[in-house]
Amino acid sequence: MGGNGPLVYAKDLVKRFGKIEAVRGIDVEVRRGEAFGFLGPNGAGKSSTMRMVGCVSPRTGGELRVLGMEPDTEGPRIRARLGVVPQLDNLDQELTVRQNLHIYGRYFGMSKAQVRAKAAELLDFVQLAERADDEVEPLSGGMKRRLTIARSLINDPELLLLDEPTTGLDPQARHLLWDRLFRLKQTGVTLIVTTHYMDEAEQLCDRLVVMDGGKIAAEGSPAELIARYSTKEVLELRFAAGAQEAAEPLVAGLAERVEALPDRLLLYTSDGESALAAAHARGVNPMSSLVRRSTLEDVFLRLTGRTLVE
Amino acid sequence: MTVQLRVGPLIGTLRAVEYHWIWYARNWRATVISSFLQPVLFLVALGFGFGSQVRPSAATGGLAYVVFLVPALLVVTAVQIASWESTYSILNSFKWEQNYWAVIATPVTPGQILCGQLVWGALRLLGSTTIFLAVAAVLGAVPGPGGVLAVPVAVLAGMAFSAPVMAWSATKDSAEGFAGLFRFVILPMTLFTGAFFPVSQLPDWVQPLAWLTPVWQGIELARGVAFGSLDPLPALGHTGYLVALLSVGVLLGRRSFRRRLAV
Repeated sequence: MGGNGPLVYAKDLVKRFGKIEAVRGIDVEVRRGEAFGFLGPNGAGKSSTMRMVGCVSPRTGGELRVLGMEPDTEGPRIRARLGVVPQLDNLDQELTVRQNLHIYGRYFGMSKAQVRAKAAELLDFVQLAERADDEVEPLSGGMKRRLTIARSLINDPELLLLDEPTTGLDPQARHLLWDRLFRLKQTGVTLIVTTHYMDEAEQLCDRLVVMDGGKIAAEGSPAELIARYSTKEVLELRFAAGAQEAAEPLVAGLAERVEALPDRLLLYTSDGESALAAAHARGVNPMSSLVRRSTLEDVFLRLTGRTLVE
Repeated sequence: MTVQLRVGPLIGTLRAVEYHWIWYARNWRATVISSFLQPVLFLVALGFGFGSQVRPSAATGGLAYVVFLVPALLVVTAVQIASWESTYSILNSFKWEQNYWAVIATPVTPGQILCGQLVWGALRLLGSTTIFLAVAAVLGAVPGPGGVLAVPVAVLAGMAFSAPVMAWSATKDSAEGFAGLFRFVILPMTLFTGAFFPVSQLPDWVQPLAWLTPVWQGIELARGVAFGSLDPLPALGHTGYLVALLSVGVLLGRRSFRRRLAV
């Protein structure tokens, strides 16, 4: 393959399951060495896209090249150079931690000696060396996730696909995982991550696309997206039960844009404190207020009119 | 570190077999009762116990009942072990533990997963039936070296049943249907296909059903080779039938594994 071409190239990529169109014509290019994200709510088409890129799900339409090759005909050759962390851990519960790594390496055509050395290295990397010879079944969720990540690295992949890597983990386990992924990226591994957590996308991704309803709603770096689709600051106003509706007309015009969520008003403005002062001057009396930076959540809200989670 | 990443169909299949071997080496204890103890109990209770009341006759080929029983029990045992390996075990890999989904992310393909499963199944049948035959021989229920030939026949019969069942299991989303298979297909197929008494004792209309089963085909062939009592033509017929069933099962299995895994 050409060394400088994109690792993943998709043009008008479509995936249909019967009558349901999960992916509705997306264009994506992932470059070597970057961390690329698919951000979107459940059902946006992220996982379907990942499975097509992972060469386990044939596309319905459009063009797709992974590592410069055609997935329909070169699947095994491409998969040999990919690492995949699926949404749900599909580890072998009845084998030991080490055996899970061992057999996975064997699937990639590695020799027993290669697998042995690589497994030991990876167990250290994901901090599971002490549990190496324990069965998988009783391990905690975070440990299983780390093992799944170690397993995905057994073949030294050039491209690592992570489908909602930290869903369901506690904050400590998430940070440990992010740290490991960040280290991988520094060693030159290209990452593709799907998530519905904007903090995860901001932490991990150099560039991302926002997906909604099987389509790409926006594309760019987190900072670019925020600059393009949101304001520098956001003023959040919370009201006593029933008082928000009365306040809505009063804040009109105080900010570039106002979003009314069920539990709060969001005022998009370059200067939150001034907006708050102005609101007070107009007799708006919130129960609490908060000025914060814009996040990807605000971008998503702007693009789709909905919040990401919930 | 450089990794050798060439995985052809043969290596893929071998590695899929290796997985089962690693799993079995760790978990074989759970299978001892069903694949070893149970058939030996059948041999003792029916062959020696009940058999002591049966006088050798034309129906037993002039042989002691227990001797008459051994080749048939080999086939029945093979089919029963194969039944589990090709139902719950398959559904588990698709649905409950989902380990097939982990494998398809590697260079190993759905077709190679199926091949590995089948080769492993055949190896397990070979191991179990060999041990069973050895026990029977020690107990004096195998009169001649011909009995050894019944082992490959039992493996063939077991796989001829296993492959189509596996193809069917790969289309299923729940264990619903398995209980019916065990109750209404496997159990009667074990009891009424000539292992314990000749099929000619069955009502006329049931006999053709028995002939269609891989168990009857296998038992006829196993006894034939064990006792040297079968002419080449019927031997060829039974073998051909079993091979055909196996081949159809493999083709259907390839299709259902691909359909299920490459979506």
